[in-house]
Amino acid sequence: MDTVLAVTGLTKSFPGVRALRGVDFALRPGEVHALVGENGAGKSTLIKVMTGVYQPDEGEIRYQGQAVQFATPLAAQHAGISTIYQEVNLVPLMSVARNLFLDREPRRYGIIDSRAMKREASRILRQYGVDVDVSRPLRSLGLGAQQMVAIARAVQIDARVVIMDEPTSSLEQREVETLFRVIGQLKAAGIAIVYVSHRMGELYEICDRVTVMRDGAVVAVEELQNLERLQLVSLMLGRDLNEVQRNGATAFDTDREVEGQTVLKATGLTSRHELDEVSLSIRKGEVVGLGGLLGSGRSETAKAIVGALPLQGGQIEIDGKQVKRGSTAAAIRAGAVMLPEDRKTEGIIPNLSVRENIVLAALPRISRLGLVTRAKQDEIVDYFMKRLQIKASSPEQRVADLSGGNQQKVMLARWLCLQPKVLLLDEPTRGIDVGAKAQVQEVINELARDGLGVLLISSELDELIEGADRLVILREGQVVGELHGDDVNEGELMTALATAPAEAEGGDPA
Amino acid sequence: MTDVAAPAAVRVQDDRKDQTLHFLQNYGVYIAIVVLVAVNAFWTSDFLSLDNLRVQLFQVVPVLLVALGMALVIGTEGIDLSVGAVIALASAFIPLYLGYGAGLTIVICLIAGAVSGVVSGAMVAFGQVQPIVATLALMIGLRGVAVILNGASAKPVNDPFLDGLGLDSILGIPKMAWIALIIVLIVAFVVRRTTFGRQLVAIGDNRAASQLAGLPVRRVLVSVYVISGVLAALAGVLIVGHGAEADPSNYGLNYELSAITAVVVGGTPLTGGKVKVLGTVAGALLMQIISATLVQHNIANSYAQMVEAVIICAAVYAARGRGNR
Repeated sequence: MDTVLAVTGLTKSFPGVRALRGVDFALRPGEVHALVGENGAGKSTLIKVMTGVYQPDEGEIRYQGQAVQFATPLAAQHAGISTIYQEVNLVPLMSVARNLFLDREPRRYGIIDSRAMKREASRILRQYGVDVDVSRPLRSLGLGAQQMVAIARAVQIDARVVIMDEPTSSLEQREVETLFRVIGQLKAAGIAIVYVSHRMGELYEICDRVTVMRDGAVVAVEELQNLERLQLVSLMLGRDLNEVQRNGATAFDTDREVEGQTVLKATGLTSRHELDEVSLSIRKGEVVGLGGLLGSGRSETAKAIVGALPLQGGQIEIDGKQVKRGSTAAAIRAGAVMLPEDRKTEGIIPNLSVRENIVLAALPRISRLGLVTRAKQDEIVDYFMKRLQIKASSPEQRVADLSGGNQQKVMLARWLCLQPKVLLLDEPTRGIDVGAKAQVQEVINELARDGLGVLLISSELDELIEGADRLVILREGQVVGELHGDDVNEGELMTALATAPAEAEGGDPA
Repeated sequence: MTDVAAPAAVRVQDDRKDQTLHFLQNYGVYIAIVVLVAVNAFWTSDFLSLDNLRVQLFQVVPVLLVALGMALVIGTEGIDLSVGAVIALASAFIPLYLGYGAGLTIVICLIAGAVSGVVSGAMVAFGQVQPIVATLALMIGLRGVAVILNGASAKPVNDPFLDGLGLDSILGIPKMAWIALIIVLIVAFVVRRTTFGRQLVAIGDNRAASQLAGLPVRRVLVSVYVISGVLAALAGVLIVGHGAEADPSNYGLNYELSAITAVVVGGTPLTGGKVKVLGTVAGALLMQIISATLVQHNIANSYAQMVEAVIICAAVYAARGRGNR
């Protein structure tokens, strides 16, 4: 048996879209198989068809040599195909142990044996580098630790195939290493892994083979070591090799001189347990990167500046004017806006149209006496859909139906139409495809050239280093260093992060 | 060949099923109204007589007014259980203040409704109390207040202006129906064309995101409960006018449930982010026609309730997945 899971000729259509057009995909036992492609290439649909979320229109799925049809995700799970989605889908209020054993609790006389369950749970989770009190509710854990619980759960269900959809997007470096070690163990046990990620470095680090998808079809299946990074990117984009930017991994300018006035000045931002006297300033036209590990207070700093985090102390000046703390409306009026990290829960208004999402924050400004007028709206929406190349069937399309990259562009448009002075970007390219990523990076570039002050938070080192003119390093809610000019490079950043003695054990009840 | 043909046929059927469901979700209420009216036109004697239609309008208008406010509250992912008690409260104020003139009395009633809305809205927006809990407290408390103000037994209300509002017609159509029509138009306009309306929908769809986008979340939430309170108070005034007496122990009982039913049957999801104003009107009319049909054929109210239950279930079932499309 050389394949554990194989699909042939898979077709799946949704109203107006052919998401899969005759896809073949084969997975061997004990391999880590990368599944890559731009957003909208059909990766998620393929996964959902293989795991019983969707039924294929045409085509065959063979699992362990048998033709199968999974009616529900549960059926796929019982057969041994586990999926770990980007968002952790467990029960946040239940204990860690209950989550790990949900539906398969160890029983004595038909009653859940909670002592045995806790003991087992602790033992299992320690293998995954999660050393916490397993009777705590899951939601009290960090996102990374929650992800680990999800992975541990998936593996415990006697999985033969584990599908991981961007598993590292919420993990810290240390947790990523643990995950990779776990993947190694799974591999050794003959379990096949489908690995979806936008992070090139990771793919080359752990994957054996790669299947590249584009526009609902498979365009290449290769041993990863035979494929150069640039080739892989050009396959995903469907563009010629020399169209893909050669210098650097991102679309940012390098080596710019910044000599603008200070447009944002934050001093002594303090929030209980989260920020401790954080101060930073941004000049016109400057891109300031926030460096730090997960939990170092990067997102919190951005949120504090736009008034979305309650502060016990500190001052914020935008363009020389003091801004009232703790009011997003006041911050926005003063010209500071933030692209949140979590697009789904804090960004888009899913059931509203692209148009309404774009003008959401600008609505009071483009209205008279509280009455919405369409002409002005359409003008703004038109301009930004063109400028940011937002791909939607029309401005009236529901924003939830767009790909992640296009949703992110809609979010950018929402802020740019306010003509802000400071733009705070929290993971602006997370989870969006390579093409959209380059576009977003180019837009950031242009905005900075036009004199906007930008704060950039990114877990991708390439993006942070090439995007930022200056790096402010955070650790445990404090500013611990700054890198200027030539010092903004991977080596210096790694040193700065590494010297941070922040490697406290996970689950530290701080 | 059959291999290819079979799934293709299934797909067409699926598409058709999808379309049918979609059509029913959007227009089911209206179709049901048309069918019921048509059936009644033949089956029920005098159903289409002007007198009977007027009677139906007198009964449905108060529910409709309450339902319009409820639709806005539900649009923000909230719910307002206090509306029935606000009706009782408004009715209790009328005999107390009627001596100062009908106009002033009505204003006082509406202010009472607004104050009730400020209280529940503030609990929801500032106190982070769940809407169902906040308004449940008012539902219980306000009826108590109303009965204390008025006494347990009904008091007669004989005021030409109020009675006129409740009983008279213009161009053959009850005055209160004209009032409802104007309010329907205003609410529909507010939802579709004002910043307030669009912000309301956005907040109901994704409150965290709306907050981060600088929307005046608290102000909108409080306003929505105030509107609901004012409309409920207005319904109370009309009910008193129609009945020519104030009876806080009995007025407005179960109105919150009728209003929620009208809203849900009209296609506004309880999960917020969408307000169907015309759907709410249709929902209220449909429920009224159903109960009228059964009453006029001497079918016991218990059966009417069972039919209503089935319709609510059908509406909620049809609304399933609406958000995912």
